[in-house]
Amino acid sequence: MMHVDKPGVFSLLQDCGRYGVQRLGVPVNGAMDEWSHRVANLLVGNGKTAATLECTLQGPHLRFDHDTLIAVTGADMEIAIDGVQAPRNRAVLVRRNATLAFGKRTGGARAYLAVRGGFATEPVLGSRSTFVRGAFGGFEGRALRKGDQVPLHPADAGYPELQAALVSSGMPFVNGPVFRFQSHAAPMGAWRFIAGPQWDAFSDKARQSFTHDVFRIDARSDRMGYRLNGPVLDLKHPLEMVSEAVNFGTIQVPPDGNPIVLMADRQGAGGYPKIGYVISADLPALAQALPGDAVGFLPATLDEAEQAYLDREDRLEILRAAIRKTLPEALAHDPT
Amino acid sequence: MTGREETLSCERAFPRIEALGDRCLMVRLGDRIDPATTRAVHSLTDWLLAHMPTGVVDVVPAFTTVALHYLPERLPRAGGSPYRQLADSLAALLEGGIAPAEQSTRLVEVPVCYGGEYGPDLDDVAQRCDLTPDEVIRLHGASELVVQTFFFSPGNPFAGPLDARLTVPRRTTPRARVEAGSVAIANGLSSIYQVASPGGWNVIGRTPWSMFDLAWTPPTRLRLGDRLRFVPVSPETFASMDERRS
Repeated sequence: MMHVDKPGVFSLLQDCGRYGVQRLGVPVNGAMDEWSHRVANLLVGNGKTAATLECTLQGPHLRFDHDTLIAVTGADMEIAIDGVQAPRNRAVLVRRNATLAFGKRTGGARAYLAVRGGFATEPVLGSRSTFVRGAFGGFEGRALRKGDQVPLHPADAGYPELQAALVSSGMPFVNGPVFRFQSHAAPMGAWRFIAGPQWDAFSDKARQSFTHDVFRIDARSDRMGYRLNGPVLDLKHPLEMVSEAVNFGTIQVPPDGNPIVLMADRQGAGGYPKIGYVISADLPALAQALPGDAVGFLPATLDEAEQAYLDREDRLEILRAAIRKTLPEALAHDPT
Repeated sequence: MTGREETLSCERAFPRIEALGDRCLMVRLGDRIDPATTRAVHSLTDWLLAHMPTGVVDVVPAFTTVALHYLPERLPRAGGSPYRQLADSLAALLEGGIAPAEQSTRLVEVPVCYGGEYGPDLDDVAQRCDLTPDEVIRLHGASELVVQTFFFSPGNPFAGPLDARLTVPRRTTPRARVEAGSVAIANGLSSIYQVASPGGWNVIGRTPWSMFDLAWTPPTRLRLGDRLRFVPVSPETFASMDERRS
């Protein structure tokens, strides 16, 4: 069991998304920063289907009933365990009943907490992702609150020597091994995009602006979409559009000419012209951007986007293989 | 610079396959909403759900398109571009033709309380269509509509085509809040808002029905291809039928 002493601003269980039911009108949801979510799971030996806790802007204070192997990735958010600063991007064995406190954030928007074995809430329609608007999935379909008790799957410490060290040291936690990996997959500030089906319908000036000017992330941005302020992107002629599928990273332009990048909580379809798609490999960095941050777009081809995607998968696989040499995979509790 | 796109036949504009970013592919089966396109969309959707191609994790039909969300890493690396591999196998499939889906034979009568607080845009729609409110209600329920797609919120159906006399665009100013259950029309289609949310459609009534419940299998009240007929009910009947929405 994980006890929530302070909930943080917006702490949600998320996994790789509720794929397979968009045709029923159910959105995908899932982790905003898929890279950090997956790395956190790898660091504690979890399989792909495990959920992590996505902590936005200000993280929670948590305690565990048992000694628990955890990892925190994503935003630069300090963590302390019983008041002692602990490392991020690395497995840490936390003593039972010690307080894991997220503290000062110096960069990025979202931190990800993985626990070995994974969170044991009941999957809904095949996923543990929280669908806040629909009030299902995750933990009771909502962000964590003070006093919540979140169930965990039973799991070992993963590293027997860490368990021994925790017993002998008397410390609130002990650190696992260091593995080298990039914390962000793309340079902040520049996002690669593939042109969308209505690219040619935008005015020459709009296309020029889109690739050369700077946009700022609007304060009304959330897990559903990032609204961008900058030059207004106008069409050559008004377009009569029939709604069709959209995806994570689709950049649509409503009639007011201000683009919106669709994010994890997007709907399955939309009816606005699509000027482009942010490439998947650059989405994790976008998910870590905050209102007020500057965003620019660099044209890329589909081949480049696919290569970047597969390179990211390769990097994750190399990391997984390296970790697996010292850490056995946690027992799987989910269908793959 | 345009998205990658291919035409399967020089004579026919459809189907067309396009990349929707780097992990989603879309088959375009038409460019306007008509019964033949709807049937093609539902047939391809049914076929894909029964024969999921390698790597595909979601099949998403809309009015004229079927999108396939896939995991590029699941396609053979030696085969080159994941999009190209999937597009090629789909093109071959479409070339051979898709067996028509079994048409839903269900006729579902959806109770609706029209006008007043239930349908704040009824009078406005009547005015713009040069009809009386009663005529709008009659025409809305006069023809059977076909459920084309679900999106916007769980179980939220989009059905059509409406009687041509009820053709109105979306409201110029969207409402900040449209109540759950609102029955709304725009652009020749009728929809039902499953949850309260902002919305730009013309709200002419409200149904007491919930359209989605996790306890149901499938969790949607309606299915693709269902025929709908809207049936007027009184506020008293509405109150007695009102369902909780999940």
